[in-house]
Amino acid sequence: MLETTWFILWGVLWSVYFMLDGYDLGLGSLLPFLAKNDTERRIIHRAMGPFWDGNEVWLITAGGVTFAAFPTTYAMMFSSLYSALMLILFALIFRGVALAFRGEVDNPRWKAFWDGCLVVGSFLPALLFGVAFANIFRGLPIDAAGIYRGNLFTLLNPYGLLGGVLFVCLFLVHGSLWLAVKTAGALQARAGAMAGRLWPVLLVVAAMFLLGTRTQTPLFNNYQARPVLLLIPTLAVASLIYTYVLIRRAAWWQAWFASSLTIVSITLFGVVGLYPNLFPSSLAPAASLTAFNSASSPLTLKIMLGVALTFVPLVIAYQTWVHFLFKDKVTEQDVTYDEGY
Amino acid sequence: MDVLMLSRLQFAGATFFHFLFVPLTLGLSILIAIMETVYVRTGDQDYRRMARFWGKIFIINFAVGVVTGITLEFQFGTNWARYSKYVGDIFGSLLAIEATLAFFLESTFLAVWIFGWKRLSPKLHCLCIWLVAFASSMSALWILIANAWMQHPVGFVLRNGRAELSDFLAVVTQPFAFQIFFHTVSGAYILGGFFVMGVSAYHLLRQQETAFFTKSFRLALTFALIFAVAEVVQGHIHGAEVAKLQPTKLASMEALWDTQANAPQVLFLIPDEKNERNLVEWGKIPGALSLLAYHSSQATVKGLKDFSPEDRPPVALTFVAFRVMVGLGFLFVLLTVVGWFKRRNLEASPGYLKIMLYAIPLPYLALQAGWIVTEVGRQPWIVYGLMRTKDAVSPIATSQVAISLAAFILVYSALGVLAFYLIGKQARRGPEPLAAAAGQGEES
Repeated sequence: MLETTWFILWGVLWSVYFMLDGYDLGLGSLLPFLAKNDTERRIIHRAMGPFWDGNEVWLITAGGVTFAAFPTTYAMMFSSLYSALMLILFALIFRGVALAFRGEVDNPRWKAFWDGCLVVGSFLPALLFGVAFANIFRGLPIDAAGIYRGNLFTLLNPYGLLGGVLFVCLFLVHGSLWLAVKTAGALQARAGAMAGRLWPVLLVVAAMFLLGTRTQTPLFNNYQARPVLLLIPTLAVASLIYTYVLIRRAAWWQAWFASSLTIVSITLFGVVGLYPNLFPSSLAPAASLTAFNSASSPLTLKIMLGVALTFVPLVIAYQTWVHFLFKDKVTEQDVTYDEGY
Repeated sequence: MDVLMLSRLQFAGATFFHFLFVPLTLGLSILIAIMETVYVRTGDQDYRRMARFWGKIFIINFAVGVVTGITLEFQFGTNWARYSKYVGDIFGSLLAIEATLAFFLESTFLAVWIFGWKRLSPKLHCLCIWLVAFASSMSALWILIANAWMQHPVGFVLRNGRAELSDFLAVVTQPFAFQIFFHTVSGAYILGGFFVMGVSAYHLLRQQETAFFTKSFRLALTFALIFAVAEVVQGHIHGAEVAKLQPTKLASMEALWDTQANAPQVLFLIPDEKNERNLVEWGKIPGALSLLAYHSSQATVKGLKDFSPEDRPPVALTFVAFRVMVGLGFLFVLLTVVGWFKRRNLEASPGYLKIMLYAIPLPYLALQAGWIVTEVGRQPWIVYGLMRTKDAVSPIATSQVAISLAAFILVYSALGVLAFYLIGKQARRGPEPLAAAAGQGEES
């Protein structure tokens, strides 16, 4: 029971991370396609400015919770996916530094360099998180001794890449919608149009992913055993379609929420299908790591449950407050105000 | 080189680099919070400008600290999988608690502070930086509780082929953790103080914004003086704990080869690890080491020869690092005490100001040396007495680690140069003009 509770929490933390960092990873990737001049680029920076760092802490928490609740999975998952994870970490370094350093020197080449870093540093994690999770859904070549028999390229199989493209598309739509929420005028129109153009691509990729999941992974076994769980993929499909309805109505806030729900439910669809596996082996089923054979001791799980149930709601409360505090649209005045200093 | 050596180099490099930025975050956040509090209470615009000027530097420094910290959390899994599996039940939960309790708070409220100058009332805005300062030190506390557990594991049982938690309170309240915490954050506060004094000295020597920088200097001086004195006193108590809990580390810190009662403190020596002796020993003070370590000049101090060679840490490095740290620690007391007597008329002491300008790197050096003592002195153990570093490494391909290490060296070198260039640029630029400060709100 304790293990299952933690498995669910684990899935929820990752899906919240994807929902939150998803919009600034998507928006960062789209920077050159949405901004026409430096002022617009600064507005885009500013649209994520107060939020991106707080969003990224969800990754640290998701990683930390994997370590705390399922240390064997943490050890196996992160050492097996070594190169992919290192690429993500370096990309996130460039992303974070780009956001912090860009405005420090007033030189077009300096700014162009960091804009490039922001794009690459946002796009790569979006792609690689998708690749990694799709491969986990599919199972990895782990032998009976618990050693990963593969490398970075093993992960780049068709289904893995499909997962990567799905995450990229989800985040691009999500990021465009965020910008549409945070801006007005031409930039908002461009962001909204971008979301509208990307959505059909997302729909096709999502459909392919669903089909791929049916044929390439054992995820649907859990859904056959308990059909009530099919509510989760149904919710994913419904919120994905409703996102488009809201985009057509130019209801940006609502569309962003629908897109958030899509990301969360797609992640949870995968995680629920995975249960009780956390890191399944495609070579030796007995070597698969599950919520039960890789969990921490009951004492640690209980203490951490107390910590999580006390502090995560608190975090959600103050981060929600921050989003309300900075709910206004970013204007040209906001980004030129401090020019003198 | 094998995976073990490459992983050690990578982790050491990544940790030391991360810790070039963390101490300034810890120290400067409190100083900025004090500055803004003075502004809120007195309405003195200079203090608002001070919070904003030092805040700009803080933000650049903080960003590098954050991005280099994330890689550390994940490296326990990527490079030290066997360690993570063996002690994750205890160690992993401490890291997770750090993120949930402290890091969320720190990151979220720093953003509010940066972008909230106009949106929040001065009091609420000031509260944000206090939350950042509190959360930074809280973050350090949990990380150091985790580190203390690696130095002196408590509250666990060996079960199911791993170390499992048996007493959570024992882990989070062990006195050694608080020694390490106090020692580390005091060092960081000294660094913050010296940084502000050094940059202020630069401007005072050029007679720019003298009122502004005199106020900054004096505040930082008081802060650094308190913690420099506290650090020396506490450092002594801390050393006595090490003597009890980690005898091999203490013997290496002092390059003491033979177990002896009435052990001397040697003022100058050159250790010769290969031949298990010291080449030169000048200035022996009989009984002083016994007195320092056990509060009795007759006490027996264990020498390195009591431990088999495979249980000893690298002696020369631990010894030199310890001497550097202690020497600098006393120098910080001297410099801040001298400053205390000059505080009313700083501009009349250009010589002292020049020394303080060039002293900026010294606390950085002291802190890095301190971590060498802690971490190298713990070797060959990753968890003292429980797990060896060589048994902790991941079963992964050497090429992967070689490539990532090369990437770390390349990226971190560039990042280090850039970060210090930007911090220096901002520091030299000085504060925004008074008129602008009153009207200006948010950062771009």
